[in-house]
Amino acid sequence: MKPRQKRFVYIIVAVAAIGLAVGLVLNALKDNVSLYFTPTQVYNKEAPEGRSFRIGGLVEAGSVKREADGLTVHFAITDLHKSLPVVYKGILPDLFKEGKGVVAQGKIEADGLMHASEVLAKHDENYMPPEAKDALDKAAAANAAATGAASSVGAASAVPVAQ
Amino acid sequence: MAINWFKYSAPTTFYGLAGKLVPWFAVASAALFAVGLYIGFAVAPMDATQGEFYRIIFIHVPASILSMFLYLIMAGYAALGLIFNTRLSAMMASAMAPTGALFAFISLWTGALWGKPMWGAWWVWDARMTSELILLFLYLGFIALHSSIDDPRRADRAAALLAIVGSVNVPIIYFSVKWWNTLHQGSTIKFSGTSMHIAMQQAMFTMLAACWLYAIAVTLARVRSIILEREKQTKWVSELPEVAQGEGKQ
Repeated sequence: MKPRQKRFVYIIVAVAAIGLAVGLVLNALKDNVSLYFTPTQVYNKEAPEGRSFRIGGLVEAGSVKREADGLTVHFAITDLHKSLPVVYKGILPDLFKEGKGVVAQGKIEADGLMHASEVLAKHDENYMPPEAKDALDKAAAANAAATGAASSVGAASAVPVAQ
Repeated sequence: MAINWFKYSAPTTFYGLAGKLVPWFAVASAALFAVGLYIGFAVAPMDATQGEFYRIIFIHVPASILSMFLYLIMAGYAALGLIFNTRLSAMMASAMAPTGALFAFISLWTGALWGKPMWGAWWVWDARMTSELILLFLYLGFIALHSSIDDPRRADRAAALLAIVGSVNVPIIYFSVKWWNTLHQGSTIKFSGTSMHIAMQQAMFTMLAACWLYAIAVTLARVRSIILEREKQTKWVSELPEVAQGEGKQ
């Protein structure tokens, strides 16, 4: 082999080896790299107990309730299989909405509620003008009415909390 | 027809070629920036959920894409320099690093500006953002390592190794939103299609093209300076009209 072919092989081998090593490390740290746990993981006891962690999912439709003080908010985070009730006192981000993505950080207390210290909104990868959104929503509503499967999202996630 | 592809791999000839190309890329870039900003601010409609805030993507997305692509190209040049021992490849890698670092910084900075009103936080240690921050540090590390070694050929080799090792990070950035739960949303531009309104797409892709042309223009201009600096002892540099004139005036 010519020296330059040798150097080429060395570089390929080095990149492959480093890639493999990084891949193994990231695979081992999978749970730590993920920003949040899903409600299903919490029910399966995969989330840390007794200390603060993040949970992510959708704000369950119809679950948002404000207390009289105007600051304390109750809502549930769902992944469409399980849902977890959350209480948060503070200002919510603009994008916080029922049926939209959310990530909350906090601790599950003895009352079975997650007492969140921080609530972040997560949005999807779709960008469209309001008129297009309206048209889509109307089409979806018409479709749902036709098949009689309206509010399937809300129904599927209405799992009782048993902590 | 036999084209000698290696003719322009010599700094002597590439210096002249780059000098001729720079103005074209610079002008085309400026024109596309103007068009892209016009479509982005005047034509593209506002977003249904994010309102006007989403317009940050017209600079955020191109900057992020460029920061990743430039790193891969830089690592490619660095590898070419190591394998073939060519002078110009290493100079190209050094010339690209500052531009790549700039785009990585713009990506993080605009992301933070957008994250505060939309997510509710300037910064979150999620996989997408953390790996992009590592990319910025890789660029800065490349520049620092290169400038910390006095002998340019040794500096080239050391920095090339860092660039090649760091290229492992680029696929991690791209796939982070797929592999792990992140606050950052998934990819809008996919191989299967783009989930975005057409005018928004036009603005974003025009800005992307403008950023590409800017990166090429700046890299070529910078590599010319690097060639002059590195080859200043040679006869061909001292015979360049711009160099000979400058010395004549002094």
